[in-house]
Amino acid sequence: MEKYLYLALFSPLVGSLFAAIFGAQPKKLITGIVASALLFVSLFSSLYLLGYVTSTGNSIHVKLFDWISVGGLNIPFGFVVDQVSVIMMVTVTTVSALVHVYSIGYMKYDEGFNRFFSYLSAFVFSMMILVMSDNFAGLFIGWEGVGLCSWLLVGFWYKKPDVTRDINPSISPSWAANEAFIMNRIADLGMLIGIFLIYWNTGSLQYNVVFKDVSALNIGLVSLIGIFLFIGAMGKSAQFPLHTWLADAMEGPTPVSALIHAATMVTAGVYLVIRANPIYSSIPDVGLLIATIGAFVAVFAASMALVNQDLKRIIAYSTLSQLGYMFVAAGLGAYWIALFHLMTHAFFKALLFLGAGNVMHAMDDELNIFKMGGLAKTMKWTAIMMIIASLALAGIYPFAGFFSKDKILEVAFDSEHYLLWFMLWLGAGMTAFYSFRLVMLVFFGEERYKKYGFHPHEAYWYMLLAMLPLAILAIISGFFEESFEHFVTMLLPEYHFHVHGITVVALIGITTLIALSGIGLAVYKYSRGGFSEKWKDTFVYKLLINQYYIPIIYEKFFSKPYAELSRIAWKELDLRVVDATVDFIANVIYKTGFKGRVVQSGNLSKMLKWMVIGLITLLVLAIVYSPVR
Amino acid sequence: MITLSHYLVLSAILFCIGLVGILRRKNLLMLFFATEMLLNAVNIGFAAISKYYMDLTGQLFAFFIIAIAASEVAVGLGLLIIWYKRVGSIDLDTMQSMHG
Repeated sequence: MEKYLYLALFSPLVGSLFAAIFGAQPKKLITGIVASALLFVSLFSSLYLLGYVTSTGNSIHVKLFDWISVGGLNIPFGFVVDQVSVIMMVTVTTVSALVHVYSIGYMKYDEGFNRFFSYLSAFVFSMMILVMSDNFAGLFIGWEGVGLCSWLLVGFWYKKPDVTRDINPSISPSWAANEAFIMNRIADLGMLIGIFLIYWNTGSLQYNVVFKDVSALNIGLVSLIGIFLFIGAMGKSAQFPLHTWLADAMEGPTPVSALIHAATMVTAGVYLVIRANPIYSSIPDVGLLIATIGAFVAVFAASMALVNQDLKRIIAYSTLSQLGYMFVAAGLGAYWIALFHLMTHAFFKALLFLGAGNVMHAMDDELNIFKMGGLAKTMKWTAIMMIIASLALAGIYPFAGFFSKDKILEVAFDSEHYLLWFMLWLGAGMTAFYSFRLVMLVFFGEERYKKYGFHPHEAYWYMLLAMLPLAILAIISGFFEESFEHFVTMLLPEYHFHVHGITVVALIGITTLIALSGIGLAVYKYSRGGFSEKWKDTFVYKLLINQYYIPIIYEKFFSKPYAELSRIAWKELDLRVVDATVDFIANVIYKTGFKGRVVQSGNLSKMLKWMVIGLITLLVLAIVYSPVR
Repeated sequence: MITLSHYLVLSAILFCIGLVGILRRKNLLMLFFATEMLLNAVNIGFAAISKYYMDLTGQLFAFFIIAIAASEVAVGLGLLIIWYKRVGSIDLDTMQSMHG
């Protein structure tokens, strides 16, 4: 069985290294094919492991080697395949393998084709380490690895110049990449502190040891650990107030957005909370805080998606919002539901992004949805698949999102947090509205693109074929709910519902109702040309389109003062104090040498004189400091 | 009566003369003479103290110094002669090749 574990883990690494060999060379199709094939190896190994874990109920635990073994500190490099990690492995490898195939078409004319596949496979490898590690140190390595790959991939088109915020809210790919990286560093500090606290108090980083010992710790300390770990999760999963990087990360190529910024990396934070469920189960107050932040982000991000005109940003906000839903479930103790939504969301959100990629291809990388319209005629398959994904996102029966999202709302209601429920309910309506606003503006209505001289075309057949499994999963994966629950609750705590029967039906009805009315409103409004121009002058619109002015506030209150502080530290402190001191010492020594070098004349007579002077000096010193006198 | 002090004073005087010779002389041959004086000044000291303490070690040491001084002079004079044949002068100042 270990063989399959290693295959699943290391195949992406091999693919990445293979592609890296050709990194600096012009496009070679073979790199894409080999990387994709190895991803499929990883996918099938993961599926095999899933089959094994399902049939036997055992988990596989291997120790690769001792990594750090110093004094009392012992961190082995170990991997575990249990019910949670195997679900993550299958989700990650499924989406990754399909995105790899899709990228062969999407990046066809890009000069960095080989480099792209190298980064993408390296990302999958890091993600596999993150989900498979059996200790917090390994998780952190994977965590940083995915952060690095995200940086490389967001800034993939690093040659694009910086522009002002009015033209492009993300300024430039390299700017966006740096923003994502720095934001995550801030959060990672929190996470590191959390890990240190765990180590100090339990003496181990192994999950099984830590989770066994955590119940014996003082509740305040556990809360602190929970909060710090959650700060790490907030960075990676882009929760408020560390959320701005995710929308800007859309500067990366679209397959990257589909894989990293929708399906896998951003869900790592949710995975962390799910994995650390023994910690969070014992601190329901922190859980409630997480759920509150999640619900706030669910509405907050959805509201920004309502007015945005950028195809990918809308989907990015929707990802943020759905991550909020996952955190609500995880925060309220319904870990298996969070994991379930994580999985279904990975499928339909990746599908949505890949569809957006097709549209971008057809429109020569144009992103403004107001310049599109009527594309369903030329891009029938893309349109169908994006509608499926949008229906799943909106939570319409029988699509996957219905099952997972409804369960989250049910949990919020059931745990008597009615405000949270109401926010999520509102968010569900917004989600339905903006999803179908996007669909209507892109695929239906007047063909506005003709005015701008675009000639849209359908994507290559293999790109569509790569999307097909995701489309099927977006439709059917909801029906696995019961077996999924049964499977993962072998490891995760079960969630016991108190409300039954008619209340549940009523809840489902109300949620479906608001989702349907959101869709209905979008379809009705945008089939008639949308809202009037006056709407754009209102304060609310300006607030939303400028992302609540948060990026500007961050720049004014954090980036600018920080830059000024750095400048002072450089010009005043470093140059005038530190450098000056060092320079002074060096100058003194240099000048002394310059003056003193005449001693070394090579003239024997003079050298003898110096020797005698030295001798006499030493003699005098010996007499003066002689102990016997 | 000649005591140990007399010997030691003689030794010190000879040593100082040798030291002045090293400092003042520019001729390489004279430098060798001065060096010999230094060594023999020490020899006197050794021999005198050896006799005073009735310990042969000091005299033994003096013999060693005489042997080493002889071999040193043999090598040194050999080099000096070659140098003289090549350059035609054994003045110390003309031997300087670096300028500091």
